[in-house]
Amino acid sequence: MTATASSPRPPGHAPPEGRPAPPMPVDFQTHPSRYRHWRLAFDGPVATLTMDVDEQGGLVPGYELKLNSYDLGVDIELYDAVQRLRFEHPEVRTVVVTGGKEKVFCAGANIRMLAAASHAWKVNFCKFTNETRNGIEDASAHSGQTYIAALNGTASGGGYELALACEHIMLVDDRSSAVSLPELPLLGVLPGTGGLTRVVDKRHVRRDIADYFSTRSEGVSGRKAVQWRLVDEAVPRSRWEETVAERAAEFAGRSTRPAGGSGIELPPLAKTRTAERIAYRYVTAALDRERGCAEITLLGPDTGVPAGVHERGAGFWSLALARELDDLILDLRTNETELGTWVLRTRGDAERVLAHDALLLEHRDDDWPANEIVLYLKRTLKRLDVTSRSLIALIEPGSCFAGSLLEVALAADRSFQLSGVFEDADPDAEPAAITVGPMNLGPLPMGNDLTRLATRFHGDAGALAAVEKRAGEPLSAEEAERLGLVTFAPDDIDWADEVRIAIEERASFNPDALTGLEANYRFAGPETIETKIFGRLSAWQNWIFYRPNASGPDGALRKFGTGRRADFDHKRV
Amino acid sequence: MTSTADYSEKIPNNVDLHEDRRLQRALESWQPNFLSWWESMGPTLPTQDVYLRTAVNVGREGWAHFGHVPMKDYRWGVFLAERDPDRRVAFGQHKGEPAWQKVPGEYRAALQRLIVIQGDTEPASVEQQRNLGATAPSLYDLRNLFQVNVEEGRHLWAMVYLLHAYFGREGREEAEQLLHRNSGSEESPRILGAFNEETPDWLSFFMFTYFTDRDGKYQLGTLKESAFDPLSRTCEFMLKEEAHHMFVGTTGIDRVVERTVQLMIEHDTDDVGPYGGIPLNVLQKYLNFHYSVSLDLFGSETSTNVANYFTAGLKGRWSEERRRDDHLLTDDSIMVDAVVDGRIGQNEVAALVGLNTDLRREYIGDCQNGVNRWNRILEDAGMPQRLRLPHVAFNRKVGAFSGIEATPGGEMISADEWERRKGAWLPTEFDKTHVRSLMRPVHERGKIAAWIAPPRQGINGKPFDYDYVHLA
Repeated sequence: MTATASSPRPPGHAPPEGRPAPPMPVDFQTHPSRYRHWRLAFDGPVATLTMDVDEQGGLVPGYELKLNSYDLGVDIELYDAVQRLRFEHPEVRTVVVTGGKEKVFCAGANIRMLAAASHAWKVNFCKFTNETRNGIEDASAHSGQTYIAALNGTASGGGYELALACEHIMLVDDRSSAVSLPELPLLGVLPGTGGLTRVVDKRHVRRDIADYFSTRSEGVSGRKAVQWRLVDEAVPRSRWEETVAERAAEFAGRSTRPAGGSGIELPPLAKTRTAERIAYRYVTAALDRERGCAEITLLGPDTGVPAGVHERGAGFWSLALARELDDLILDLRTNETELGTWVLRTRGDAERVLAHDALLLEHRDDDWPANEIVLYLKRTLKRLDVTSRSLIALIEPGSCFAGSLLEVALAADRSFQLSGVFEDADPDAEPAAITVGPMNLGPLPMGNDLTRLATRFHGDAGALAAVEKRAGEPLSAEEAERLGLVTFAPDDIDWADEVRIAIEERASFNPDALTGLEANYRFAGPETIETKIFGRLSAWQNWIFYRPNASGPDGALRKFGTGRRADFDHKRV
Repeated sequence: MTSTADYSEKIPNNVDLHEDRRLQRALESWQPNFLSWWESMGPTLPTQDVYLRTAVNVGREGWAHFGHVPMKDYRWGVFLAERDPDRRVAFGQHKGEPAWQKVPGEYRAALQRLIVIQGDTEPASVEQQRNLGATAPSLYDLRNLFQVNVEEGRHLWAMVYLLHAYFGREGREEAEQLLHRNSGSEESPRILGAFNEETPDWLSFFMFTYFTDRDGKYQLGTLKESAFDPLSRTCEFMLKEEAHHMFVGTTGIDRVVERTVQLMIEHDTDDVGPYGGIPLNVLQKYLNFHYSVSLDLFGSETSTNVANYFTAGLKGRWSEERRRDDHLLTDDSIMVDAVVDGRIGQNEVAALVGLNTDLRREYIGDCQNGVNRWNRILEDAGMPQRLRLPHVAFNRKVGAFSGIEATPGGEMISADEWERRKGAWLPTEFDKTHVRSLMRPVHERGKIAAWIAPPRQGINGKPFDYDYVHLA
């Protein structure tokens, strides 16, 4: 037993089992000047992101990050780098991801970290890493900032999965460096960051070959890796650097990222955090531990729109809000696992929200930050979709659920819109309204590639058309309820009890079953790589993580590195 | 819109109706619907007015306020027993916590269900008894029938109040449904089967008020223990009124027994049928029937639902706070009725799942008191005959004995034998026809039908020949 019993119990690593604890709360904000595991270098349109993990730099004591293996701390830096590349470096058109160690590019997630972590920690860690890899693909696809994996050594497990998130994979052909997904043979679990899905769905590796590949702990190298489509090219050591540079220049040349313009610096967020409250400029969350919920309020713009998106830099409302909400989601997910319900409110001027939306959409094609901000909003809202918390939107007088902010209500599992006003508190208020805007009709798709509205009305084109027809109009609670945009429209008299009971009732259910229920209902419609990763892969992986064969005392995760073999229960389930 | 002053005038209450917008709004549509339900499903006999007791407040004086009232103007009130600000949960996992003044979200569905089921029985009995006025044996009895009816109506109000005040939109919808389900309806019957049978005659009415209303008393008694304080207080007040219903049943059967005994002595025969009386063996058959179907209302011997209700604090045991145990019951056991190895016997089960049995036993003990009382009339008259409660396995359709047949003495018999002999134990068509033939209305002041003795006392100190009801 290690002596951690006296520290406050964190959700990730539970002291009763003698596991070391991560610093709580985990902070997701960082800056390149503070990176311990990554280096960023710039050469005109090409940025090089070098993974060079500090073995002693684990977020939690008790493991060493050997062989460029990673933990949450390493991935927090990666996420920060990806974000800054998009906003602070408009000139970058290709990002080369490579390794800073000899012989090994990246060995994937650190196994001792995984073995010691609680189940919730593992699941949350995988979710975040997946979101970052999806973000990398999003940059390649929509920002004209293409990621190339330059594997200058073996990429195994999560290391290869990071490469799979890039558009082009180069593997050094030195007769020893390989790519592999050894999770199953070595650890008794699955690759957790989309490897299985991307191998077949993205790289079109034949399924039987993919099966063979994923049971071969030593992986595949050189020409065979190319033949099997696991990598795009195998490059001899002697020509490695020049070929990587060539390829980077080529992809940069193809980029549609608009030339010129200066970056938007992302300053640290003005965040305060206490046991009861997390607050930023536009986002606050009251942490109600007794009721097990976080009451989140998003403020609308405090001014009208500027002449251009650039003008206010990171202070532009949409960007500031997205950054704050993004950080809050990550913070609450990691640090506040017992707040099982998030109550979502907005406050402000719906017209201003719509005006900001309009400015962004108007300049999406001619001013890169407009495009970046829309994409960032999209990614942040997707985080809500895959958050394992019950989301309840409360639409009250003074709120501004319009356009981009209406997406928050549409992401919720249930929504309540007050019919009329609060008679006692503010009888003269304008009744709550919601407004469908252009942002709701395409630019902010979910992981299933449909808008939240299209997902909501899946299979009911008439209902969707009826809503589209009312775009731009403020809709009262009665109208919104009739159109199917909100779940309930109680009046002042019923409001408090309906809402209270809904939240209390939610808190009384099995949280695991709620997570499953919500995940099933949030993604109607077609499957995509993303929905497969967050649905199929995650659900199977979480099941496997929980089985004794993986995490029991004799399970493969626990036995890894002990020199002893896992003792499997061979019954198929 | 009706003004608020109107409500307090029309609806006596101690729930601050005049300042409760939620209730006012809910009642706005509910009250007219209730009145039209009463018009169409309530008593069919036209009357000008009836000498009724109206509760105008919960104090000693207020809850029994007498006067002649046209029934449609009866003031159905909303009353809760006085609040004990220090009341605490007496049992289950929340034992010792302050009683709940609001519905906890976790228990919304269960509490709503309990209240709806209780509420559904109240108007059901009014519907079941709606035609009895036409055959009342006296104005006194007619008045008692109407008193029971209006109070069952008020009990419906009491449950509707809870739904309106505490369960939001869904509560209002459920309250509305209480008026749309009807006893015996093909499309939307009452929830519990026993409440879909018409009460065909006055003997059945007395038996119903003795046995079936007594089930209601025990159900209310368990809800009175509820951690949800408004439910507890509502039921506590309802129990006061329920006592009158049981009085009607107890004394009604008293008077039938008394009259039968008179006729037996007068004519020196057990078979008082030809002399306009109800023979003791027919009384016993009616008793057998009503008692056994009322036992069914307590449900199966074991119930995990009821165990959950107890643990959650929603529904306690009879006289919960007077019991000397830990009030958690997690380590206790109870013997419950069962068919064991093909015989009537008992099984030991966890106390929590055996709570239905516990309540049924309390009820059975209480039923025995009435039987003793009727037997005293026989004994005082020097008669050797006695009435008896049949065995718990007799004529059961719910629970452990639903699959077997048993005699009133508790002897297991085959289905064939049951078919052959049941006419000796349950009312036959012949018995029913005879009882029905006696049901001729006596609507004259001071007169009474020949099959029943007059009461010893009238209502509220009035004589028997008081004009309790003015017929239209």
